[in-house]
Amino acid sequence: MSKLKLAVYWTAACGGCDVAILDINERILQVDEAAEIVFWPLAADPKYDDVKNMPDDAIDVCLLHGAIRNSENEEMARVLRQKSKVMIAFGSCSAFGGIPGLANFFDKKEIFERVYRESESTAGKAGVYPSPAVIVPEGELTIPEFYDTVLTLDQVVEVDYYVPGCPPAVDTIWTALEAIITGELPLRGTVIAGVKTLCDECSRKKEEKKITEIKRPMEVEIDPERCLLEQGIVCCGPATRGGCGARCTSANMPCRGCYGPTDHSIDQGAKLVSAIASIIDSKDPEEIKKITHLLSDPAGTFYRFSLPGSMLRRKRKEDVS
Amino acid sequence: MADKKFEPLIVGILCNWCSYAGADLAGTSRFKYPENIKIIRVMCSGRVDPLFVIKAFKEGADGVLVSGCHPGDCHYIDGNIKAMRRETLLSKLLEDLGIEKERFKLTWVSASEGEKFVEIVEEMTNTLRELGPLNLEGGEKIV
Ligand code: SF4
Ligand code: SF4
Ligand code: SF4
Ligand code: FES
Repeated sequence: MSKLKLAVYWTAACGGCDVAILDINERILQVDEAAEIVFWPLAADPKYDDVKNMPDDAIDVCLLHGAIRNSENEEMARVLRQKSKVMIAFGSCSAFGGIPGLANFFDKKEIFERVYRESESTAGKAGVYPSPAVIVPEGELTIPEFYDTVLTLDQVVEVDYYVPGCPPAVDTIWTALEAIITGELPLRGTVIAGVKTLCDECSRKKEEKKITEIKRPMEVEIDPERCLLEQGIVCCGPATRGGCGARCTSANMPCRGCYGPTDHSIDQGAKLVSAIASIIDSKDPEEIKKITHLLSDPAGTFYRFSLPGSMLRRKRKEDVS
Repeated sequence: MADKKFEPLIVGILCNWCSYAGADLAGTSRFKYPENIKIIRVMCSGRVDPLFVIKAFKEGADGVLVSGCHPGDCHYIDGNIKAMRRETLLSKLLEDLGIEKERFKLTWVSASEGEKFVEIVEEMTNTLRELGPLNLEGGEKIV
Protein backbone atom coordinates (compact mmCIF):
# COMPACT_ATOMS: atom_id res chain seq x y z
CA MET A 1 0.00 0.00 0.00
CA SER A 2 1.40 3.37 -0.85
CA LYS A 3 1.87 5.74 2.01
CA LEU A 4 -0.55 8.55 2.77
CA LYS A 5 0.79 11.91 1.73
CA LEU A 6 0.52 14.49 4.51
CA ALA A 7 1.22 18.20 4.54
CA VAL A 8 1.46 20.48 7.57
CA TYR A 9 1.50 24.22 7.10
CA TRP A 10 1.20 27.35 9.20
CA THR A 11 -0.26 30.72 8.36
CA ALA A 12 -0.89 33.36 11.08
CA ALA A 13 0.09 31.06 13.91
CA CYS A 14 2.44 30.82 16.85
CA GLY A 15 4.00 27.46 16.05
CA GLY A 16 2.45 25.85 19.11
CA CYS A 17 0.32 23.63 16.90
CA ASP A 18 3.43 22.23 15.20
CA VAL A 19 4.90 21.44 18.57
CA ALA A 20 1.62 19.88 19.66
CA ILE A 21 1.81 17.45 16.75
CA LEU A 22 5.26 16.42 17.92
CA ASP A 23 3.82 16.00 21.43
CA ILE A 24 2.14 12.77 20.40
CA ASN A 25 5.60 11.37 21.14
CA GLU A 26 6.21 7.77 20.13
CA ARG A 27 2.93 7.62 18.29
CA ILE A 28 4.62 9.77 15.66
CA LEU A 29 6.28 6.49 14.57
CA GLN A 30 2.87 5.10 13.74
CA VAL A 31 2.24 8.19 11.69
CA ASP A 32 5.58 7.74 10.01
CA GLU A 33 4.75 4.15 9.16
CA ALA A 34 1.51 5.04 7.50
CA ALA A 35 2.27 8.40 6.05
CA GLU A 36 4.89 10.36 4.25
CA ILE A 37 5.14 14.02 5.09
CA VAL A 38 5.53 15.81 1.81
CA PHE A 39 5.49 19.38 3.10
CA TRP A 40 6.14 20.70 6.62
CA PRO A 41 8.09 23.94 6.89
CA LEU A 42 8.80 23.41 10.59
CA ALA A 43 10.37 19.99 10.16
CA ALA A 44 11.95 20.19 6.72
CA ASP A 45 13.04 23.00 4.49
CA PRO A 46 10.69 22.92 1.56
CA LYS A 47 10.11 25.75 -0.88
CA TYR A 48 6.73 27.12 -1.93
CA ASP A 49 7.45 25.98 -5.47
CA ASP A 50 7.70 22.39 -4.24
CA VAL A 51 4.00 22.58 -3.46
CA LYS A 52 3.04 24.76 -6.38
CA ASN A 53 4.59 22.24 -8.77
CA MET A 54 2.67 19.29 -7.37
CA PRO A 55 -0.27 18.02 -9.41
CA ASP A 56 -3.74 18.79 -7.97
CA ASP A 57 -4.85 16.42 -5.21
CA ALA A 58 -1.28 15.15 -4.79
CA ILE A 59 -1.59 15.58 -1.01
CA ASP A 60 -4.02 13.30 0.78
CA VAL A 61 -4.47 15.37 3.90
CA CYS A 62 -3.31 18.88 4.76
CA LEU A 63 -3.27 20.05 8.36
CA LEU A 64 -3.30 23.80 8.18
CA HIS A 65 -2.94 25.78 11.36
CA GLY A 66 -3.10 29.52 11.63
CA ALA A 67 -5.53 32.26 10.72
CA ILE A 68 -5.52 34.18 7.45
CA ARG A 69 -4.38 37.75 7.86
CA ASN A 70 -2.27 38.59 4.84
CA SER A 71 -2.06 37.86 1.14
CA GLU A 72 0.64 35.24 1.58
CA ASN A 73 -1.50 33.30 4.07
CA GLU A 74 -4.39 33.41 1.64
CA GLU A 75 -2.32 32.41 -1.37
CA MET A 76 -0.81 29.41 0.41
CA ALA A 77 -4.21 28.34 1.74
CA ARG A 78 -5.53 28.38 -1.83
CA VAL A 79 -2.54 26.50 -3.24
CA LEU A 80 -2.73 23.84 -0.52
CA ARG A 81 -6.47 23.48 -0.97
CA GLN A 82 -5.96 22.78 -4.63
CA LYS A 83 -3.23 20.24 -3.97
CA SER A 84 -5.02 18.44 -1.10
CA LYS A 85 -7.85 15.96 -1.14
CA VAL A 86 -8.72 16.71 2.48
CA MET A 87 -8.16 20.07 4.17
CA ILE A 88 -8.20 20.20 7.96
CA ALA A 89 -8.40 23.44 9.89
CA PHE A 90 -6.06 22.54 12.72
CA GLY A 91 -6.05 24.54 15.94
CA SER A 92 -8.16 27.46 17.06
CA CYS A 93 -6.44 30.05 14.86
CA SER A 94 -7.36 28.18 11.73
CA ALA A 95 -10.77 26.97 12.90
CA PHE A 96 -12.14 30.24 14.32
CA GLY A 97 -9.42 32.86 14.26
CA GLY A 98 -7.76 32.15 17.59
CA ILE A 99 -5.54 34.61 19.38
CA PRO A 100 -4.49 36.46 16.19
CA GLY A 101 -8.21 37.00 15.64
CA LEU A 102 -8.27 39.41 18.57
CA ALA A 103 -6.80 41.87 16.07
CA ASN A 104 -10.38 42.16 14.78
CA PHE A 105 -11.04 44.53 17.68
CA PHE A 106 -8.85 46.93 15.69
CA ASP A 107 -8.11 47.59 12.05
CA LYS A 108 -5.00 47.67 9.92
CA LYS A 109 -4.40 51.36 10.46
CA GLU A 110 -4.71 51.20 14.24
CA ILE A 111 -2.39 48.20 14.39
CA PHE A 112 0.14 49.92 12.17
CA GLU A 113 0.10 53.08 14.27
CA ARG A 114 0.52 51.15 17.47
CA VAL A 115 3.31 48.91 16.26
CA TYR A 116 5.34 51.29 14.12
CA ARG A 117 4.71 54.68 15.67
CA GLU A 118 3.36 54.57 19.21
CA SER A 119 4.86 51.55 20.87
CA GLU A 120 7.33 52.31 23.63
CA SER A 121 9.93 50.04 22.09
CA THR A 122 9.83 51.53 18.59
CA ALA A 123 13.31 52.81 17.86
CA GLY A 124 13.28 52.99 14.07
CA LYS A 125 14.15 56.09 12.14
CA ALA A 126 11.12 58.38 12.07
CA GLY A 127 9.41 58.32 8.72
CA VAL A 128 10.76 54.92 7.70
CA TYR A 129 7.93 52.42 7.63
CA PRO A 130 7.41 49.14 5.88
CA SER A 131 5.44 49.33 2.66
CA PRO A 132 4.18 46.53 0.45
CA ALA A 133 6.78 47.32 -2.22
CA VAL A 134 10.12 49.08 -2.19
CA ILE A 135 12.68 49.76 -4.89
CA VAL A 136 16.27 48.94 -4.02
CA PRO A 137 19.30 48.98 -6.38
CA GLU A 138 18.81 45.26 -7.02
CA GLY A 139 15.17 45.68 -8.05
CA GLU A 140 11.75 45.73 -6.40
CA LEU A 141 11.17 43.98 -3.09
CA THR A 142 7.66 43.15 -1.96
CA ILE A 143 6.08 41.91 1.23
CA PRO A 144 2.59 40.43 1.58
CA GLU A 145 -0.42 42.73 1.98
CA PHE A 146 -1.67 42.93 5.55
CA TYR A 147 -5.45 42.59 5.82
CA ASP A 148 -7.80 44.76 7.81
CA THR A 149 -9.66 41.74 9.12
CA VAL A 150 -8.33 38.40 10.29
CA LEU A 151 -10.16 35.53 8.62
CA THR A 152 -10.71 31.89 9.51
CA LEU A 153 -9.48 29.28 7.07
CA ASP A 154 -13.01 28.41 5.99
CA GLN A 155 -13.71 32.03 5.10
CA VAL A 156 -11.05 31.63 2.40
CA VAL A 157 -11.16 28.02 1.20
CA GLU A 158 -13.38 25.00 1.73
CA VAL A 159 -12.53 23.09 4.86
CA ASP A 160 -13.34 19.39 5.33
CA TYR A 161 -12.67 18.95 9.05
CA TYR A 162 -11.87 21.00 12.12
CA VAL A 163 -9.53 20.10 14.96
CA PRO A 164 -9.99 22.77 17.65
CA GLY A 165 -7.76 23.78 20.53
CA CYS A 166 -4.96 26.19 21.30
CA PRO A 167 -3.21 23.94 20.72
CA PRO A 168 -5.37 20.83 20.31
CA ALA A 169 -4.86 18.36 23.16
CA VAL A 170 -2.75 15.33 22.36
CA ASP A 171 -5.78 13.03 22.55
CA THR A 172 -7.71 15.25 20.18
CA ILE A 173 -4.78 15.22 17.74
CA TRP A 174 -4.47 11.49 17.98
CA THR A 175 -8.18 10.95 17.34
CA ALA A 176 -7.80 13.01 14.20
CA LEU A 177 -4.58 11.36 13.04
CA GLU A 178 -5.94 7.89 13.68
CA ALA A 179 -9.01 8.69 11.65
CA ILE A 180 -6.79 9.91 8.85
CA ILE A 181 -4.49 6.88 8.96
CA THR A 182 -7.28 4.34 9.07
CA GLY A 183 -9.29 6.24 6.48
CA GLU A 184 -12.25 6.28 8.85
CA LEU A 185 -12.96 9.96 8.69
CA PRO A 186 -16.29 11.17 10.05
CA LEU A 187 -18.91 13.10 8.13
CA ARG A 188 -17.44 16.01 6.21
CA GLY A 189 -17.56 19.23 8.21
CA THR A 190 -17.21 17.48 11.56
CA VAL A 191 -15.37 19.18 14.37
CA ILE A 192 -13.12 16.40 15.64
CA ALA A 193 -13.52 16.89 19.42
CA GLY A 194 -16.35 16.59 21.92
CA VAL A 195 -19.99 17.12 21.04
CA LYS A 196 -21.17 18.55 24.36
CA THR A 197 -19.86 21.50 26.33
CA LEU A 198 -16.81 21.46 28.50
CA CYS A 199 -19.02 21.65 31.63
CA ASP A 200 -20.18 18.19 30.70
CA GLU A 201 -16.73 16.69 31.11
CA CYS A 202 -15.56 18.95 33.94
CA SER A 203 -15.55 17.07 37.22
CA ARG A 204 -16.05 20.08 39.47
CA LYS A 205 -19.04 20.03 41.82
CA LYS A 206 -21.96 21.99 40.49
CA GLU A 207 -24.40 23.11 43.12
CA GLU A 208 -26.53 26.19 43.09
CA LYS A 209 -25.24 28.73 40.66
CA LYS A 210 -25.74 32.18 42.13
CA ILE A 211 -23.21 34.96 42.22
CA THR A 212 -23.10 38.45 43.65
CA GLU A 213 -19.58 39.22 42.50
CA ILE A 214 -17.32 38.56 39.54
CA LYS A 215 -13.72 37.96 40.51
CA ARG A 216 -10.49 37.34 38.68
CA PRO A 217 -8.63 34.10 39.39
CA MET A 218 -5.71 35.86 41.10
CA GLU A 219 -7.98 37.75 43.46
CA VAL A 220 -9.27 34.72 45.30
CA GLU A 221 -8.25 31.48 46.85
CA ILE A 222 -9.90 29.08 44.40
CA ASP A 223 -11.77 26.11 45.81
CA PRO A 224 -10.35 23.18 43.79
CA GLU A 225 -13.58 21.17 43.96
CA ARG A 226 -16.38 23.59 43.17
CA CYS A 227 -17.46 24.92 39.79
CA LEU A 228 -15.44 28.05 39.09
CA LEU A 229 -18.39 29.97 37.74
CA GLU A 230 -20.21 29.40 41.03
CA GLN A 231 -17.21 30.95 42.75
CA GLY A 232 -17.67 34.09 40.68
CA ILE A 233 -14.80 33.35 38.31
CA VAL A 234 -15.62 33.70 34.64
CA CYS A 235 -15.28 30.26 33.09
CA CYS A 236 -16.10 29.77 29.41
CA GLY A 237 -17.03 26.11 29.93
CA PRO A 238 -20.78 26.54 29.28
CA ALA A 239 -20.13 27.91 25.78
CA THR A 240 -17.11 25.83 24.85
CA ARG A 241 -16.82 22.49 23.13
CA GLY A 242 -15.50 19.69 25.27
CA GLY A 243 -12.78 17.29 24.22
CA CYS A 244 -9.68 18.70 25.86
CA GLY A 245 -10.18 16.65 29.00
CA ALA A 246 -10.88 19.82 30.99
CA ARG A 247 -7.21 20.70 30.96
CA CYS A 248 -7.59 24.10 32.57
CA THR A 249 -10.34 23.53 35.11
CA SER A 250 -8.52 20.48 36.44
CA ALA A 251 -5.45 22.69 36.89
CA ASN A 252 -7.58 25.09 38.95
CA MET A 253 -7.88 27.67 36.17
CA PRO A 254 -11.05 28.67 34.35
CA CYS A 255 -11.65 27.55 30.79
CA ARG A 256 -10.82 30.35 28.39
CA GLY A 257 -12.73 28.85 25.53
CA CYS A 258 -10.04 27.54 23.20
CA TYR A 259 -12.10 24.65 21.80
CA GLY A 260 -14.53 27.18 20.39
CA PRO A 261 -18.32 27.00 20.34
CA THR A 262 -20.33 23.79 20.15
CA ASP A 263 -22.75 23.13 17.30
CA HIS A 264 -25.45 24.48 19.58
CA SER A 265 -23.77 27.41 21.24
CA ILE A 266 -22.79 28.86 17.80
CA ASP A 267 -21.51 32.17 19.15
CA GLN A 268 -19.48 32.00 22.35
CA GLY A 269 -20.19 35.63 23.25
CA ALA A 270 -23.95 35.30 23.01
CA LYS A 271 -23.91 32.04 24.90
CA LEU A 272 -21.74 33.37 27.72
CA VAL A 273 -23.92 36.46 28.10
CA SER A 274 -26.81 34.09 28.82
CA ALA A 275 -24.78 31.78 31.03
CA ILE A 276 -23.35 34.50 33.22
CA ALA A 277 -26.49 36.63 33.32
CA SER A 278 -28.51 33.63 34.47
CA ILE A 279 -26.49 33.20 37.65
CA ILE A 280 -26.41 36.82 38.79
CA ASP A 281 -28.31 36.79 42.03
CA SER A 282 -30.24 40.02 41.90
CA LYS A 283 -33.46 41.56 40.67
CA ASP A 284 -32.34 45.10 41.15
CA PRO A 285 -31.22 46.85 37.93
CA GLU A 286 -28.59 48.93 39.71
CA GLU A 287 -27.09 45.98 41.52
CA ILE A 288 -27.10 43.92 38.32
CA LYS A 289 -25.22 46.71 36.62
CA LYS A 290 -22.71 46.84 39.45
CA ILE A 291 -22.02 43.10 39.30
CA THR A 292 -21.85 43.07 35.51
CA HIS A 293 -19.40 45.93 35.40
CA LEU A 294 -16.92 43.93 37.46
CA LEU A 295 -16.28 42.07 34.23
CA SER A 296 -14.07 44.55 32.47
CA ASP A 297 -13.74 43.12 28.97
CA PRO A 298 -16.62 40.81 28.13
CA ALA A 299 -16.06 40.72 24.37
CA GLY A 300 -12.34 40.04 24.68
CA THR A 301 -12.99 37.41 27.33
CA PHE A 302 -15.83 35.58 25.60
CA TYR A 303 -14.41 35.75 22.07
CA ARG A 304 -10.80 35.24 23.08
CA PHE A 305 -10.36 32.46 20.52
CA SER A 306 -13.28 32.90 18.19
CA LEU A 307 -13.90 36.49 17.16
CA PRO A 308 -13.31 36.03 13.38
CA GLY A 309 -15.52 32.94 13.38
CA SER A 310 -18.25 34.54 15.49
CA MET A 311 -21.52 35.97 14.27
CA LEU A 312 -20.19 39.51 13.85
CA ARG A 313 -16.60 38.51 13.01
CA ARG A 314 -15.01 41.79 14.06
CA LYS A 315 -15.51 45.10 15.77
CA ARG A 316 -17.57 47.37 13.62
CA LYS A 317 -15.45 49.56 11.41
CA GLU A 318 -15.80 53.23 12.26
CA ASP A 319 -14.85 54.68 8.92
CA VAL A 320 -17.61 53.13 6.85
CA SER A 321 -20.50 55.46 6.28
CA MET B 1 -22.74 61.03 10.21
CA ALA B 2 -26.43 61.72 10.23
CA ASP B 3 -28.00 61.33 6.85
CA LYS B 4 -31.24 63.27 6.36
CA LYS B 5 -32.78 60.59 4.20
CA PHE B 6 -31.62 57.70 6.32
CA GLU B 7 -34.48 55.67 7.78
CA PRO B 8 -33.33 53.22 10.44
CA LEU B 9 -34.57 49.66 10.54
CA ILE B 10 -35.54 48.54 14.02
CA VAL B 11 -36.23 44.94 14.90
CA GLY B 12 -38.70 44.80 17.78
CA ILE B 13 -38.83 41.55 19.74
CA LEU B 14 -41.95 41.74 21.91
CA CYS B 15 -43.43 39.40 24.46
CA ASN B 16 -46.81 38.03 23.59
CA TRP B 17 -48.62 38.90 26.81
CA CYS B 18 -47.72 42.52 27.40
CA SER B 19 -45.68 44.41 24.84
CA TYR B 20 -47.10 42.72 21.77
CA ALA B 21 -50.58 43.38 23.13
CA GLY B 22 -49.48 46.96 23.81
CA ALA B 23 -48.31 47.36 20.24
CA ASP B 24 -51.53 45.82 19.05
CA LEU B 25 -53.49 48.30 21.12
CA ALA B 26 -51.52 51.12 19.56
CA GLY B 27 -52.59 49.72 16.18
CA THR B 28 -56.26 49.23 16.98
CA SER B 29 -56.39 52.67 18.63
CA ARG B 30 -55.03 54.01 15.33
CA PHE B 31 -52.07 55.71 16.96
CA LYS B 32 -49.52 56.56 14.33
CA TYR B 33 -46.05 55.20 14.88
CA PRO B 34 -42.99 55.04 12.64
CA GLU B 35 -43.01 52.14 10.26
CA ASN B 36 -39.32 51.68 10.95
CA ILE B 37 -40.02 48.90 13.41
CA LYS B 38 -40.47 45.30 12.27
CA ILE B 39 -42.08 43.29 15.02
CA ILE B 40 -41.33 39.72 16.03
CA ARG B 41 -43.54 38.12 18.67
CA VAL B 42 -42.05 35.81 21.28
CA MET B 43 -43.77 34.23 24.25
CA CYS B 44 -41.68 36.06 26.84
CA SER B 45 -38.82 38.54 26.92
CA GLY B 46 -36.92 35.83 28.81
CA ARG B 47 -36.96 33.81 25.61
CA VAL B 48 -34.83 36.36 23.79
CA ASP B 49 -31.47 34.72 23.36
CA PRO B 50 -28.64 37.28 22.98
CA LEU B 51 -27.97 35.50 19.71
CA PHE B 52 -31.29 36.82 18.33
CA VAL B 53 -30.13 40.36 18.99
CA ILE B 54 -26.65 39.86 17.54
CA LYS B 55 -28.15 38.13 14.52
CA ALA B 56 -30.59 40.96 13.93
CA PHE B 57 -27.67 43.40 13.77
CA LYS B 58 -25.76 41.09 11.48
CA GLU B 59 -28.72 40.84 9.12
CA GLY B 60 -29.04 44.58 8.80
CA ALA B 61 -30.96 46.02 11.76
CA ASP B 62 -29.83 49.49 12.84
CA GLY B 63 -31.44 48.99 16.22
CA VAL B 64 -33.03 46.23 18.27
CA LEU B 65 -35.82 46.79 20.77
CA VAL B 66 -36.68 44.05 23.22
CA SER B 67 -39.82 44.66 25.24
CA GLY B 68 -41.59 42.67 27.90
CA CYS B 69 -44.02 42.93 30.81
CA HIS B 70 -43.20 45.21 33.73
CA PRO B 71 -41.15 43.56 36.50
CA GLY B 72 -43.56 41.52 38.58
CA ASP B 73 -45.99 41.05 35.67
CA CYS B 74 -44.19 38.43 33.61
CA HIS B 75 -46.48 35.50 32.84
CA TYR B 76 -43.62 33.13 33.47
CA ILE B 77 -42.74 34.81 36.77
CA ASP B 78 -39.24 36.10 36.09
CA GLY B 79 -38.53 35.90 32.37
CA ASN B 80 -38.23 39.68 32.23
CA ILE B 81 -35.76 39.68 35.12
CA LYS B 82 -33.64 37.24 33.11
CA ALA B 83 -33.91 39.60 30.15
CA MET B 84 -32.80 42.47 32.37
CA ARG B 85 -29.72 40.60 33.58
CA ARG B 86 -28.73 39.77 30.02
CA GLU B 87 -29.31 43.28 28.78
CA THR B 88 -26.54 44.90 30.84
CA LEU B 89 -23.94 42.36 29.82
CA LEU B 90 -25.07 42.21 26.21
CA SER B 91 -25.02 46.01 25.94
CA LYS B 92 -21.45 46.02 27.12
CA LEU B 93 -20.46 43.24 24.74
CA LEU B 94 -22.07 45.07 21.83
CA GLU B 95 -20.32 48.30 22.76
CA ASP B 96 -16.98 46.48 22.73
CA LEU B 97 -17.90 45.40 19.22
CA GLY B 98 -18.59 48.97 18.16
CA ILE B 99 -22.38 48.85 18.39
CA GLU B 100 -23.48 51.88 20.41
CA LYS B 101 -25.74 51.31 23.40
CA GLU B 102 -28.48 53.47 21.87
CA ARG B 103 -28.97 50.72 19.29
CA PHE B 104 -30.11 48.11 21.77
CA LYS B 105 -32.93 48.82 24.16
CA LEU B 106 -34.92 46.84 26.69
CA THR B 107 -38.23 48.31 27.81
CA TRP B 108 -41.34 47.34 29.73
CA VAL B 109 -44.68 47.96 28.04
CA SER B 110 -47.94 46.53 29.36
CA ALA B 111 -50.97 45.53 27.32
CA SER B 112 -52.65 48.83 28.15
CA GLU B 113 -49.68 51.05 27.28
CA GLY B 114 -50.22 51.50 23.56
CA GLU B 115 -49.28 55.13 23.82
CA LYS B 116 -46.07 54.40 25.69
CA PHE B 117 -45.12 51.90 22.99
CA VAL B 118 -45.57 54.57 20.34
CA GLU B 119 -43.39 56.98 22.30
CA ILE B 120 -40.63 54.42 22.71
CA VAL B 121 -40.58 53.59 19.01
CA GLU B 122 -40.64 57.25 18.03
CA GLU B 123 -37.83 58.11 20.37
CA MET B 124 -35.67 55.21 19.27
CA THR B 125 -36.31 55.99 15.60
CA ASN B 126 -35.24 59.59 16.13
CA THR B 127 -32.14 58.61 18.05
CA LEU B 128 -31.12 56.19 15.32
CA ARG B 129 -31.79 58.72 12.59
CA GLU B 130 -29.22 60.91 14.30
CA LEU B 131 -26.81 58.07 14.89
CA GLY B 132 -26.92 56.91 11.29
CA PRO B 133 -26.82 53.46 9.75
CA LEU B 134 -24.98 50.62 11.41
CA ASN B 135 -23.31 49.43 8.21
CA LEU B 136 -21.77 46.26 9.51
CA GLU B 137 -19.21 44.92 7.15
CA GLY B 138 -18.39 41.79 9.04
CA GLY B 139 -15.47 39.84 7.76
CA GLU B 140 -14.92 41.76 4.56
CA LYS B 141 -11.32 42.29 3.94
CA ILE B 142 -10.23 45.68 2.76
CA VAL B 143 -6.64 45.76 1.68
S1 SF4 C 1 -4.11 27.53 17.84
FE1 SF4 C 1 -2.85 28.27 19.56
S2 SF4 C 1 -1.09 26.89 19.53
FE2 SF4 C 1 -2.07 26.71 17.52
S3 SF4 C 1 -1.03 28.21 16.23
FE3 SF4 C 1 -2.83 29.20 17.09
S4 SF4 C 1 -2.06 30.27 18.89
FE4 SF4 C 1 -0.54 28.73 18.36
S1 SF4 D 1 -18.40 26.49 34.40
FE1 SF4 D 1 -16.24 25.88 34.29
S2 SF4 D 1 -15.80 25.08 36.29
FE2 SF4 D 1 -18.01 25.17 36.15
S3 SF4 D 1 -18.61 23.12 35.42
FE3 SF4 D 1 -18.36 24.41 33.61
S4 SF4 D 1 -16.26 24.08 32.96
FE4 SF4 D 1 -16.40 23.33 35.08
S1 SF4 E 1 -10.33 24.01 29.46
FE1 SF4 E 1 -11.02 25.45 27.91
S2 SF4 E 1 -9.28 26.81 27.52
FE2 SF4 E 1 -8.51 25.02 28.63
S3 SF4 E 1 -7.83 23.60 27.02
FE3 SF4 E 1 -9.93 23.06 27.49
S4 SF4 E 1 -11.18 24.24 26.02
FE4 SF4 E 1 -9.14 25.14 26.06
S1 FES F 1 -44.42 37.14 29.54
FE1 FES F 1 -44.00 39.22 29.11
S2 FES F 1 -41.95 39.36 29.81
FE2 FES F 1 -42.39 37.30 30.35
